[in-house]
Formats: sequence, structure tokens, C-alpha cells
Amino acid sequence: MEAIAVSRGLVGASRLQSFFADTSSSSSSSCVPALISYAGLKKNVCFSASKPACELGAVVAASRGAVVKGNRGLRVEAAATNGSPQSFDYDVVIIGAGVGGHGAALHAVERGLKTAIVEGDVVGGTCVNRGCVPSKALLAVSGRMRELHDEHHLKSLGIQVAAAEYDRQAVADHANNLATKIRGNLTNSMKALGVDILTGIGSVVAPQVVKYGRIGFADKTITACNIIIATGSVPFVPPGIEIDGKTVFTSDHALKLEWIPDWIAIVGSGYIGLEFSDVYTALGSEVTFIEALDGLMPGFDPEIGKLAQRILINPRKIDYHVGVLAKKITPAKDGKPVLIELVDTKTKEPKETLEVDAALIATGRAPFTKGLGLENVNVVTQRGFVPVDERMQVLDGEGNKVPNLYCIGDANGKMMLAHAASAQGISVIEQIAGRDNVLNHNSVPAACFTHPEISMVGLTEPQARALAEKEGFKVSVAKTSFKANTKALAENEGDGLAKMIYRPDTGEILGVHILGLHAADLIHEASNAIAMGNTIKDIKFAVHAHPTLSEVLDELFKSAHLEDHAVVSEKAAEPVAV
Amino acid sequence: MASALHLPLGAAASVFSWRDSSTFLGGVGGLAMPVAAAPGLLCRRNGNLVVESKIREIFMPALSSTMTEGKIVSWVKNEGDKLSKGESVVVVESDKADMDVETFYDGFLAKIVITEGETAPVGAAIGLLAETEEEIAEAKAKAQATTPVAAQPSPVEEKVLSPPTPVATPAPVVAVQVPTEPVAPTAPRSGRIIATPYAKKLAKQYSVDLASVAGSGPGGRVTPADVEAAAGKTPAPIASPVVQASAAGAAAAAPAPTAASAQESSPAPFGSVAFTSMQVGVARNMVESLSVPVFRVGYTVTTDALDALYKKIKSKGVTMTALLAKACALALEKHPVVNASCKDGKSFTYNEDINIAVAVAMDGGLLTPVLKNPNKVEIYSLSRSWKDLVDKARAKQLSPAEYSSGTFVLSNLGMFNVDRFDAILPPGVGAIMAVGASTPTVVATGDGLFSVKNRMTVNVTADHRIIYGGDLAVFLQTFAAIIEDPKDLTL
Repeated sequence: MEAIAVSRGLVGASRLQSFFADTSSSSSSSCVPALISYAGLKKNVCFSASKPACELGAVVAASRGAVVKGNRGLRVEAAATNGSPQSFDYDVVIIGAGVGGHGAALHAVERGLKTAIVEGDVVGGTCVNRGCVPSKALLAVSGRMRELHDEHHLKSLGIQVAAAEYDRQAVADHANNLATKIRGNLTNSMKALGVDILTGIGSVVAPQVVKYGRIGFADKTITACNIIIATGSVPFVPPGIEIDGKTVFTSDHALKLEWIPDWIAIVGSGYIGLEFSDVYTALGSEVTFIEALDGLMPGFDPEIGKLAQRILINPRKIDYHVGVLAKKITPAKDGKPVLIELVDTKTKEPKETLEVDAALIATGRAPFTKGLGLENVNVVTQRGFVPVDERMQVLDGEGNKVPNLYCIGDANGKMMLAHAASAQGISVIEQIAGRDNVLNHNSVPAACFTHPEISMVGLTEPQARALAEKEGFKVSVAKTSFKANTKALAENEGDGLAKMIYRPDTGEILGVHILGLHAADLIHEASNAIAMGNTIKDIKFAVHAHPTLSEVLDELFKSAHLEDHAVVSEKAAEPVAV
Repeated sequence: MASALHLPLGAAASVFSWRDSSTFLGGVGGLAMPVAAAPGLLCRRNGNLVVESKIREIFMPALSSTMTEGKIVSWVKNEGDKLSKGESVVVVESDKADMDVETFYDGFLAKIVITEGETAPVGAAIGLLAETEEEIAEAKAKAQATTPVAAQPSPVEEKVLSPPTPVATPAPVVAVQVPTEPVAPTAPRSGRIIATPYAKKLAKQYSVDLASVAGSGPGGRVTPADVEAAAGKTPAPIASPVVQASAAGAAAAAPAPTAASAQESSPAPFGSVAFTSMQVGVARNMVESLSVPVFRVGYTVTTDALDALYKKIKSKGVTMTALLAKACALALEKHPVVNASCKDGKSFTYNEDINIAVAVAMDGGLLTPVLKNPNKVEIYSLSRSWKDLVDKARAKQLSPAEYSSGTFVLSNLGMFNVDRFDAILPPGVGAIMAVGASTPTVVATGDGLFSVKNRMTVNVTADHRIIYGGDLAVFLQTFAAIIEDPKDLTL
């Protein structure tokens, strides 16, 4: 869900904004305009000194003639005077205008780079159009419905409400309107900054050359000092599953909320499946999870997963089959229900066959990298993912860096989250702008927007313990409960746990996991601390407003036992009001 | 987990026998890990009255208000380990979370009764704590002697053998939470059973065999409504679906219709059938009741006004149970002695709260959910509370405080057209009211005319050590006045 969509573009308006026209040579297509007069820094700027093209990034009007034939013909030729032998149409061309591409584009402009973004579908990609954004709209509705139907909870707050109902179409419209609005915001923010939005399917035809086009129109070719692939992903559908878009569908269809089945099977119990189970059960469906691994929510810290099961699965109208694969799913037709044939994940022995009203396939996402022309630059994808190094620079078939070519977001598969894509994009732009930057993926938070929410950053406890064993350091765990938090109790939402995995010797935070009210908003104190390298020693003295949910983390930091303070205890023993 | 519980054990050590100590369990909101001294603990040593054998049972604590049973996640300490005050002893998984449970007592973990991964009802002994090393052997011997208490081999046997611990002393009748029995996984029969997730949950909850339920959903699928129907639970949102039965223990012998229909498919019982833990509790309380000198006073009340009121507000979810409970509470407010109890044979124990326990027949047993202070709660909220209690009772999720805190008991067999009956006074309360059916009766009025009025006979059984004939008489007079002019009930 949190992925970036892929789309590649066609020539729409290849225009240069007056923003560029009015600026000096430094804002023209030179690779590193701001630094261009400092010869010594040029090498840094273009990543590889062997790339003369990039170093000579000034614009030569003549060389751009071909491109200038864009439909508006408004061209900038301001930089023609700096004498560089080779020029590019753009400093940066980004293929794919999802959240990753958008983040990179905005940062590129901030760094003074001349930027274009190629999009063959709609701006915003998966996140905005078919993922995080519309799903948040549905979850906002499901959260309220859940509250309004929880008589016990309302009563304990002293509220009486008559039976709450919803209008399916209006809920669906809300999700769609939100996506439209956010898409508009994204588009406008890029336009306002002068990013060229080129419409069409983009591909790499040669080093530093991008072709984009739309069916029925002639392809256009542009040159770019640097190319960033940000084509995202599409829902992954395992073989044997027949998608009809009505009774068997992926998140793409589900977000349109065309109907609410009485009973829906959700294949996959990761973020996407879990969020949809929250939506569907709140709107009255019963849910059956099908998980190939031996436990639900396999990606989560085990303790959080266990508690999540207790809060988000067991009390709801949900059952589950684990350790089984949906070998074959047949859509409903001729009055027959959706049939799901289960087999044992390991032995492949047939298990039972389920009959349900609908099936949502939430088995993950597959990179959208076909037709990108990567073969032209000798790049071989791995299961569709574009191989990259830690700086998101694309690696070719021999494992060598491909100069001036980067890949961010779901397409490289490092961390399939919208904001991770954006962070990778910003990191890449920093490098292009001459400042080395390696994104610490351990500082990228993730969230699942169930009610209550789940969020995490860094390592899970088993991961941390494995690392500790390998590297020979000690690991401690601190936990606090939402039951002890005043604000949570005021809301009558005391369910939840915050857990921190840390090094008692250095106070380094290795991971933080939260399940509880507004967990997704709370995680950032921890993720920022990890990103900035703050230790518990520093952060435990930070002051938190009272009474706020942020005190859950305050408590968490304060309950850590560091070695230079006192005895180290692996289990913090704080009394908690229940 | 950071949430460790500190365990006040002291209360248990001196006053109660271990069975009774669950009183403080509920009382502290389920926070304590109860550890009580073994029975027969008081004897003379060094000329002083001291606790001789300091072998204590460690109980399954109630970690939340909805917890009925807990699973031992892990024993932090092993048998024979020394325990110091404040140390974590065991990690218990409740319906909500894993909790470290600490001890406030020094001593030795003599015996682990419930091992890791096993489940025990709230209040059941999960381990033994010895004060000194020498007593470890003694504790183990004791554990041997009480093996049945500890044994938890199969769900079926568990029901027979598990200790009737959660029966609380002040519980008016019998109030035992029996852990929900898992429905044995249905072996593939001829023809597959397709049931929705919620239908499966309900079947487990009501102990309904899905194979015996005819599915009405698409393709013969069993829906939640089918299971509710099979279990005899009307999914009707308002009317209280549970039959109230006599507290006199009749329910155990003759299951009420609702319970019976749930078991229609099972064969008629034959031969000797062991009591369930709930029935064990009923039997014990009934025998115990023989030690209390009781007497009975009956009164016939005209209910035309009440019936009219009920008709008017029934559609708003008000139940007759709530109306009667409120009327009792308003009358008790004026006659506190009827709301009192006699705990030691020497004194009155007056209760600040007026808590009406209402006898409810459950599958093969009897529960007494408690309506708290109906005199202070308006009738609509009261009716909703009652509905919640019934739902919880059905789901076996009543907390001790919700079934053991009654100060007066109400039992109604009127819906079966029983015209009058008398109830056994359960231990711990001062009085119980048995309500018969309201029937049209020809009445001679004061002005020499006859008229037909709806009349209902109520019969109160009371503890004569504290409540005398005159007390009951005036109490019933007040009660009748409230019923006959029920405007106060809707306040």
C-alpha cells in the first residue's frame, strides 16, 4: 500500500517554467549549478568523475534544439555561455511521479537542479491514488463506526448514540475525493516550483537519455545528467488466483469500496490485509485471514504481533488459517460463491476449500519495472527489482555502478514504503548535489493504521538479539503500557504497549514498537532520535507536555536501565495501573 | 513486560480459608495475585496464636475485569527457588496482556501446580509458596493430596475437577465462572460444514455443535443468526432473553427452556453425572444455607399501574427485571435492615450500597448478575446495564464484582405462570424475594364493589437473626406502594 506507482510518460508539455528562464546559469541545466564555479567540487557533484558529460552540464542552446520543439516552445537558453562542451535538457529526470518521485523532485528544485518528472498514469502513484491515502479515508470511517458501535465504550464515557449507519457510496466518495485532492496538491506543488511534468510512459534508451511517449503519439527523447527510476510497484497476485475485480480483487479495487461483502477472505496478513480487515469488520463484514506463514502478522515484532492479535483479531468477527497457501481462487459466478483451495505451505498437501463472498489478495507488491529499457544500460532486474547499492545507485549485471542512474522506492525493493521512497529520493538528490548521503533505513518508521494503530522503527527484538549475538553487545528491552497513560485513559483507550529495544551500554536505540492509540503519530520521536543518533541518555531528559500520549514514550525512555546508572535489567518492572 | 503486579498477600493469610479468599480478589479490582494460607492455619505456638504452617496457595490472579481464566506464559522461578518480596514469579497471559506477577512475600516456590502453557480459571491454585525450605516437602505432599485440584488433563475433565474457587462468600446464590469449553474441532463429516467466522465464534461460546446447525446462508452456510437460533438465543436487541429462575436451586435440577434448547441435539442424561464446578458451588451454598434460621412473609401486590407503565416503556428497552429491581432498591432504601446481612452471628452488617442480585438460569447452572444501586440509576440505564450483564453472563465473562456483590436477591418465576414460591436464602445476604406471576384476579374493593385487577404474590425469605417479622412487613408495604404507584420507578 505504501508504494509508489509506476507510470511513464508521454510528451505533454515539455516546457521550462519561467522560474528557470529568469535564473542565472546556475539554475539552468548544469549538473551542479550552485557549485559550478568551484572546479574542485565538480567531481563530487556528479558522482563519478569519469562522467564527463555530467561535469560539463551547462546548457548549450543548439544541442537542445530538438527538445525545444515541445508544444510550447518556451525554452531557456540562459546557460549557453559557460562553455561546457556537453549539455543536458535536465539535471535530473525522474521516471514516476509517486511519492518517491515527488519528494525527489521537490528536493531537487531546492538544491537548484533543473528537474523533470515523467508520469504515464496519474500523479501521486500508488500511495495517493490506490494506497495509503484512500485507505486512510476508509480507515477514518471504520474507526468512527467502530467507536459508535462500541456501546460499552461509549457508555463508559457517558455517551448514548442510536444505531449508527453508513452510506457505502458516500464513504467511497470520501476516499476518492481525498485522493483527488491530494493528487491536486502534489501536482500543484511541483508546478509551482517549476518541475516539468512530462506525460507518458518513460524508459531509459541509453545512458542519460530518457524516452517517453503515449500510445498514438510520437515518442520524445530528452537527455538528463541524472536519471532516477521511481516506478513503484503493483499488487502482487500469486499464480492460481484469478482476479475478476468484483469478487476476487486486490487493494486497487477494494479501495473503491464498490460493495461490502458479508464474508471476505483476505489473503495475506501484513499491513494491507490488516488495515482492510479493520475496514471491513467495522463496516459489518466477517473476515477470514489466509496466511502462508505460521503466524499472523509475520513482519511485526512477535510481542506486538501477539498483542495485536489479541486486540485486533480475536475480539472481532475474524478467523484465520495459517501455514496455508491459497493455491487456487475462483471468482463467484453462476450463483456459486468464491472458492478458495488451501494447501499446506510446506507439504503442499490439500487442506480445506473455503466458500466465501469475496477474496482480497493482499500478498504484497511486485515492482513495476518492465519496459523500463534497463537492458539498454546492461541492468538485470532481480525478481523485477532494480538492484542498487546503499546510495540507491543502480548496479549493472556485473555488479558495477551504472553512472548517473538511480532507483528509489518500491522498484528497488529495499523498503516498500512511500515515505522511504521519498527519503531515498532526497538522499539521491543530496548526492547529485555533491553532498554524500546514505539513508539509514533503520530510522525509517512504518505504521499500520488499524484501530488502535501499530508503528515501528528499527529492529524487532529477535533481529536485535541476533545482531547482538553476532557483534557481541548486550540488548535490553523496556516497555510501557498505555494503561498507565492519563490521556489514553481519558479516552478510555488503555489498550496498548510501547516497547524499546536498546543497548544498555551505550544507550543506543535499536528499535521501538508501539501498539496503541495514535501509535503512528507517536513513533517519530523514536525515529528522529535514531536518525539523529540521539541516545536514551540524551532523550530521557526531554520534556513532554502533560497529559499527552507522548508521555508513553517519555515513560519508555525513562524506564530504560543504562549501565552507568544502575543495574541493568532486561525486564523493566514498572507498576502499571490496570 | 513492564506491568508487574504487586501482590498484597497479607489479607489472605489470617482471616479466610482459601476458598473464601476470593472475596478480596474481586474487591481489589482484580489486581492482586491472591495467595492464601492453607486451611487450618491457626494454632498455638509459643503460647501465642500464630500462623503455623506458612504454606500458601498462589492463585490465578484476575488481571482485568473481563478475565475468567489465565494462561501461564512462563514461570520466572523454578520449584525450590527462593522468592524475595517484589520479585517476579510468574508471567500470566490474560485476555488482555501478559503480566509479570510479583510476590510481596519472602519464601520458596515449593510447587508449581499449573505448568507453563496451561490454563487455569481465575482463583485456581497455580502454585504453592512455602515460608521455609523445610516446608517445601510438606507443601509438595499437600499438593499430592490435592492432585485433583491441580490436574487439568482435558477440557472435559477440567470441568469436573477444577476447583470451585471463584465462588465468593458474599455471593448470594452461586456464582461460578466456568471457563468456556472449547468446542472440539469438528472432524470432517459427510458433507462439509461452512460457517462464517463469527458463527464459529458464537458456536464455541454457546457450545453449539456446528454439525447440528442447519445453515440458512448462501450455499447452506451457517450464519451467526443460525447459531444464535440453535442456542436458543434470540438476537432480539431489547427484551431480556434469559429466564430468571428461583434461587432455590431448582435450576440445577430442571434446566430452563433456553438452556434446554441449546442441548436439544444431545441425548437425554442418564446415570450418574458429576457436578460441574458451578453445580458444586450451588450444592455447597445450599447446604450452608441450612445453618441460617429463616422465615417467610408473603404479600400480594396489585400490578395494574406497573403493567401499564411497562407497556408504555417496554419499547424503549425497559425490562420487567429492571423495574422490579428498582422497586426493591427504592424500598430497601427506606428499610436498611432488610439490606443488611449477618456475617458472624453477633452483629448487623449494614451495606452502604443497595445491590440487587438477580437469579438467572444458565445452561445447567445458576448465576446472579448484580445490578448496582438501582435506586440511584434511572430506569433506561438500568435496563441497559441489565442487558450488558446478561450478555456477559451468557459469554461467561462476568467478573467477580459483577456476580458476587449482591446485598439483596430477586428471583422471578412469574413468566412461567408460577403463582407463588419460596426461595432459599443464600449465604451472605439478609433476604431474598421470590416473585410470582401477575394474574387477573377478582377483588373486592373498599366501597363494596368487585373489580378485576392484576395481582402478583411476592414472598420474602429472610435471616431472622437480623430481620424480624415487622421489618419484612413494613418493607413489603413500601414495596407494594411503589409497585402500585410506580411513578418513582421512572425517575
